[in-house]
Amino acid sequence: MEFSYEVEGGNFAKAGNAASGVKKVLKQLNVDPKIIKRIVVALYEGEVNVVAHAYKGNVLVDIDTNRIYIKIVDEGPGIPDIDLAMQVGYSTASAMVREMGFGAGMGLPNMKRNADIIDITSKVGEGTVVELTTKLTS
Amino acid sequence: MASSFKIRKIAELLDARVVCGEQFVDNEINYAFASDLMSDVLTLESEQLVLITGLTNMQTVRTAEMADINCVVFVRGKKVTPEMIEVADENNTVLIECQYSMFRTIGVLFESGVNPIY
Ligand SMILES: Nc1ncnc2c1ncn2[C@@H]1O[C@H](COP(=O)(O)OP(=O)(O)OP(=O)(O)O)[C@@H](O)[C@H]1O
Ligand SMILES: [Mg+2]
Repeated sequence: MEFSYEVEGGNFAKAGNAASGVKKVLKQLNVDPKIIKRIVVALYEGEVNVVAHAYKGNVLVDIDTNRIYIKIVDEGPGIPDIDLAMQVGYSTASAMVREMGFGAGMGLPNMKRNADIIDITSKVGEGTVVELTTKLTS
Repeated sequence: MASSFKIRKIAELLDARVVCGEQFVDNEINYAFASDLMSDVLTLESEQLVLITGLTNMQTVRTAEMADINCVVFVRGKKVTPEMIEVADENNTVLIECQYSMFRTIGVLFESGVNPIY
């Protein structure tokens, strides 16, 4: 099963559409709620990062019987130092983002904790690709 | 043994108004967590949690959805929007509007024996 969702930079009202859609599908597939939570929390953080830090993006979701693969691609400023960005507390979020309840520098580390495999590639001035893979059974 | 509280009881203790999810007020809450920082809330692992917050926007309701939080208390008379109610209804989330300050809300619940996570 494949799905894709658009993500608009700056549009906080719509952040979570992809995660919400994926949650409904995984529920229908009777995936363990604990595993669903890990998957959708990571995806939601990823969506919020596109909204908060990039101009626009796309979420591609591929589900098979054993695993879910999620690819979040954005056009944006990119991440100059990924190891630094992965550290808890590191954030370049604007005041507007902080008013929305984000910008603590916790998103990427939380995504790493919740996904089985996380892969991040980024080109400064072009954009970022975050890939998340998680098994659907424990 | 963690003590648990019905959502109805939480609303009563806070003299607060349930704005949506009325049909779930007999569900039980085991813990409370207070924060305006959604990225912090998204790291929690506890179940049957009430979130107490001053942040009244779509992110609060989306965060509750993703983190399986079934009850959110908005403090200091903050008003829930129709869009928030729509998403909360879809996910069976109870939203409560409370006039008390964050400090008083937490104080009342803590004193009544609601458990913190940490
Ligand atoms: N898609 C992205 N494009 C550009 N920069 C990004 C992107 N995602 C993350 N970053 C950079 O990495 C930093 C850390 O990201 P992380 O998600 O951990 O924290 P945050 O988004 O700042 O705050 P939080 O996630 O706690 O709300 C960001 O502040 C930003 O500088
Ligand atoms: Mg983030």
